[in-house]
Amino acid sequence: MRDWDIESIRADFPILTRTTADGQPIVYLDSGATSQRPRQVIDAEVDFLTGHNAAVKRGAHQLAEDATDPYESARETIARFVGCRDERELIFTKNATEALNIVAYSLSNGDASTPDHLRVKEGDEILVTEMEHHANLVPWQELARRTGATLRWIPLADDFTLDLTDLDTLLTERTKVVAFTHQSNVTGTINPVARLVEAAKDVGALTVLDACQSVPHMPVDVQDLGVDFAAFSGHKMLGPTGIGALWGRFELLAEMPPVMLGGSMIEVVTMEQTTFAEPPARFEAGTPMISQAIGLAAAVDYLSDLGMDRIAEHERQLTQRAVRGLEAIDGVRVIGPSSDVPGRAGAVAFAVDGRHPHDIGQVLDSQGVLVRVGHHCAWPLHRRYGLPGTSRASFSVHTTEAEVDALLDSVRTAIDFFARFQ
Amino acid sequence: MTSPLTALYSELIFDHDKHPQNAGLRDPFDAEVHHVNPTCGDEITLRIRLSEDGRRVEDLPYEAQGCAMSRASASIMTDLFIGRTREEIEEISAHMDEAMHSRGRIAGDEDVLGDGVALTGASKFPGRVKCVLMAWKAYQAALADALTARKDTENDR
Repeated sequence: MRDWDIESIRADFPILTRTTADGQPIVYLDSGATSQRPRQVIDAEVDFLTGHNAAVKRGAHQLAEDATDPYESARETIARFVGCRDERELIFTKNATEALNIVAYSLSNGDASTPDHLRVKEGDEILVTEMEHHANLVPWQELARRTGATLRWIPLADDFTLDLTDLDTLLTERTKVVAFTHQSNVTGTINPVARLVEAAKDVGALTVLDACQSVPHMPVDVQDLGVDFAAFSGHKMLGPTGIGALWGRFELLAEMPPVMLGGSMIEVVTMEQTTFAEPPARFEAGTPMISQAIGLAAAVDYLSDLGMDRIAEHERQLTQRAVRGLEAIDGVRVIGPSSDVPGRAGAVAFAVDGRHPHDIGQVLDSQGVLVRVGHHCAWPLHRRYGLPGTSRASFSVHTTEAEVDALLDSVRTAIDFFARFQ
Repeated sequence: MTSPLTALYSELIFDHDKHPQNAGLRDPFDAEVHHVNPTCGDEITLRIRLSEDGRRVEDLPYEAQGCAMSRASASIMTDLFIGRTREEIEEISAHMDEAMHSRGRIAGDEDVLGDGVALTGASKFPGRVKCVLMAWKAYQAALADALTARKDTENDR
């Protein structure tokens, strides 16, 4: 394991040397939307493309084998990183959105031969939460619409956690799926996975975890969590865009119908019919994203080398500094649990009284402080709290305390700037 | 403070943001549209009332939620359009569109745009162009709906 030296970590990220048009350093606080990539990830992709590129699992020439080996060993690396012991359980997808859609579509693609627990039908129920990213809400809304099932949701409480008061009535023997996020991409709330899994199991429902915001920022072990499926995204964990993953229990995947059809996912094809390959191939139709998988494995190696526990602690300190700092500014409200809540994660959303987040973000941008503004693909959450949107800072391995202070300064500057127009 | 920011935000913008002109959903109206900016959640509900002969815009009642730029834009636009003929409005809109897509090269003619020149500073900020133009696109849609509705009524006669 490598020493924690923030300067040497920062030196791994070429983009951090970029400046604004007027020469100020950029303060990148938008890793929750997409993370920057260290040189090690970029080099891994370049090395593959310049030395080994070929279609995987096709043909027998030397390059084809050269490409297949690192692709499959990337799967192993990534699987192990999230606690998956059988790499057949890790399906490469183009992003987490696709991973969640694969589950939602597969659950309505079955026929009479599909086991009942893997087929959502009229009269069934699907339970989600009010804090979900659209990627873990819209596919379930549409699954309900296609099948005649009913969508229900766990509401948000005033303290930005899930209100589990009525959990026992929200879950019924008709509930087939419970889909929820590990940690909110807006409020930073970490959900009680164990409690939700236990309750879902009591009624025999499948659990689907959106782990997009947790996998990059803390140790995640999908087996320990006890969920049935988990989705995460490469570009939020220092890896490339165009790759994500769906993890699922093998015994479930093995009985689920495919969603995308075509090359690579077949066993035998005749003019009349086709039989399908075992997972993961069954869910990976077509030529896959090869250099991206290799880049993501390099990102996983990079994260592992720093240690997920240390990354989580680094971000916990930054989050505490940011939340406390923002709470101390007059007219600023942090939209998320206070910094003293144990396990609060590092998405720090805030609202400035009387100012639209877009206007706040514009002033921050002029100071080189890059945050995300808007509803962060969690429109129902913002509606719940009566907000048109929020500004959100999020952190990564390369974020410094000085950068958090720059955020606080720029928020004060924005408030002063708009006060001129009172 | 860097200068581009003051080019974007002026006293005038905040006047319209805080004291929006013509706001409120009044009756009667010929058509109503609801436009959203899905990336940031800005919303406008815009109604249009045309004169008896359909040539003139008599009222543009609206309700707008969003950033200062989008709200000021709705306020300024309705001030400019109400009482004008469709032809006059088309000319103003075309000029506004050109300025807003000029990436800061065209400031806009004050004789044509009036207070609207205060909005064209946003053309230097590609991410903000849609904030300004949301109300203007809503007008185009509302007008099209109003004209269709009138044609349908005439055909029914």
